[in-house]
Amino acid sequence: MRIVVNIEKCTGCGQCVESCPFTSIEIKDGKAFINEYCQLCRACLSVCPEGAIIEILEEGDAVEADLSAYKGVWIFAEQREGMAASVAYELLGAGRRLADELKTELSAVLLGSNEEQAKELIKWGADKVYHCNDSIFDKFNDEPYSQMLVNLIRTHKPEIVLAGATPIGRSFIPRVAAKVRTGLTADCTALEIDKNSRNLLQIRPAFGGNIMATILCPNHRPQIATVRPRVMKRGEYDEGRKGGIVPVSASGITCRTKVLDTIKEASECMVNLQEAEVIVSGGRGLGKPEGFKMLEELAELLGGAVGASRAAVDEEWISYSRQVGQTGKTVCPKIYIACGISGAVQHLVGMQSSDIIIAINKNPEAPIFDVATYGIVGDVYEVVPLLIKKLKEAKG
Amino acid sequence: MNIIVCVKQVPDTSEVRINPETNTLIREGVPSIINPYDLHAVEAALQIKEKTGAKVTVITMGPPQAEDALREAISMGADDVRLISDRAFAGADTWATSHALYKAIEKLGYDIILCGKQAIDGDTAQVGPEVAEFLNIPHIAYIRKIEDVGDKTIKVQRLMDDGYDVVESSLPVLLTVVKELNTPRLPSLKGKMAAKKAVITKMDMNAIGAEAGNVGLKGSPTQVKNIFAPQSKADRKMIEGSVEEQVEALIRELGGLKCA
Repeated sequence: MRIVVNIEKCTGCGQCVESCPFTSIEIKDGKAFINEYCQLCRACLSVCPEGAIIEILEEGDAVEADLSAYKGVWIFAEQREGMAASVAYELLGAGRRLADELKTELSAVLLGSNEEQAKELIKWGADKVYHCNDSIFDKFNDEPYSQMLVNLIRTHKPEIVLAGATPIGRSFIPRVAAKVRTGLTADCTALEIDKNSRNLLQIRPAFGGNIMATILCPNHRPQIATVRPRVMKRGEYDEGRKGGIVPVSASGITCRTKVLDTIKEASECMVNLQEAEVIVSGGRGLGKPEGFKMLEELAELLGGAVGASRAAVDEEWISYSRQVGQTGKTVCPKIYIACGISGAVQHLVGMQSSDIIIAINKNPEAPIFDVATYGIVGDVYEVVPLLIKKLKEAKG
Repeated sequence: MNIIVCVKQVPDTSEVRINPETNTLIREGVPSIINPYDLHAVEAALQIKEKTGAKVTVITMGPPQAEDALREAISMGADDVRLISDRAFAGADTWATSHALYKAIEKLGYDIILCGKQAIDGDTAQVGPEVAEFLNIPHIAYIRKIEDVGDKTIKVQRLMDDGYDVVESSLPVLLTVVKELNTPRLPSLKGKMAAKKAVITKMDMNAIGAEAGNVGLKGSPTQVKNIFAPQSKADRKMIEGSVEEQVEALIRELGGLKCA
């Protein structure tokens, strides 16, 4: 494909120049000219008021592959020490919704672990579980995990494969995509089905959360995505749900790495932050480290945990383990109370899927109010102490 | 021993904004930098070089101006560089990018390949592991410490969600590194002089021996359908009144939801 300018139609208005993310369009002699930095992103196509910018298909473009052999939605259920990770249940929730929309089956792949865990996956929404309990999968090594998943994909041909965007998923899934020659979209925060084409619309943040992008994989199968933990909701748990467990053999699987030791060092508050149903977070607007004492009191009253924006962490008012956002933790509590946080987009991507967001900020223009369920324009040092007092009174 | 470091020239994303009317990136005046994670990969390579006398080659795929990134790598102490550049590579997703890098690396020879854990513009973290798969070598991602480099094996610490794993691998191997690994050195004066004088060797499609159907937009399974600004919720409710009234209203709202 090439993007070209129809010189006859071009008026040299320059709107395309501004639209180009790669500064690859110039005006030369009153006409638009596309130089060699063009990344074929198509951003200019819709901008031109004259319709003078067009894409030209070349030989080899848009080869329609036969995709009809690929059916069903799969999720990869990662396990650590035999227990399925919580992201596996979130993927079952998302996968169930997609499978129902496509009127197809939902299957889970479980490598390592035991039959009890496989049964749990069925109760959380899977119709089928491909389970291999070979000890080669007990510890995480990229090669056996990717070889096994590649084998299963080639044999059973799913149309969609989802995995958690965790250190495990983000490490070995790319090998799978490389091997089966298909597309992979990293760290998705939303997944939809295009009703006409049955394609998976894979939505993810890019450029540090400054923009969102919708990614398609139209001519290759399966469509593979890693999904950000704690963004998708778990599905319905049904004790009586029936499904099939398909045992799989690991014969022929090889491995050139070896895990010698596993050391746990997650601080408790980090775990608490991601598990908490209520989070009270503070930002630069607190103005001093003592502000977090007040937030701790509020968090305790609500049975929650304390979080922070990057600004507050950079000021060293609170430790990095409390940081919420692009370079910190992604959280999804029932209630998120943002105190003196302006709401930089890097913070918003880490908390905007919370059920209820309460924003307290002096500046009525602060972007945090754009994502807030309830907004209070005011001084945190007036609002929060009064809130603490009233809550205490209500509790008696 | 040959070490190859893959780097990427990226826009400094803390300065990238979206034009809300056209839904496109505003890149004007945004400086280009070496992807910060990749600097840690270069530093790791230089430290191994100091211990073992390895040769460090830094490569990048990108448009002609990505040459600047390679000069910066030379100024830090890289022995050699390659610019993998061809118009046919434009529009590559992670599959097509890794494929081109793999073809180039195959021509160069390697024992250890180092990459940053991800690039800050795409944040995918996929190119390193994909290159390893194409080369049919093991990889270990999210390296926070290199404990030991032997003739045939390497021992590293891999960052996990709840701590870290100590992992051993045979060589050759590909590693992707996190910031905790080291502090990248600043260019020396001698390095800066060398960078100025260096002739940058370019590798185009013929030089790497790739097929047109496997690189650039044509070789890319994924397509960007559209980009847009992060959405804001429409159902927000601003609570007005005195502080007393605001707080009471808030508690009323929370009480109605049976959470407070």
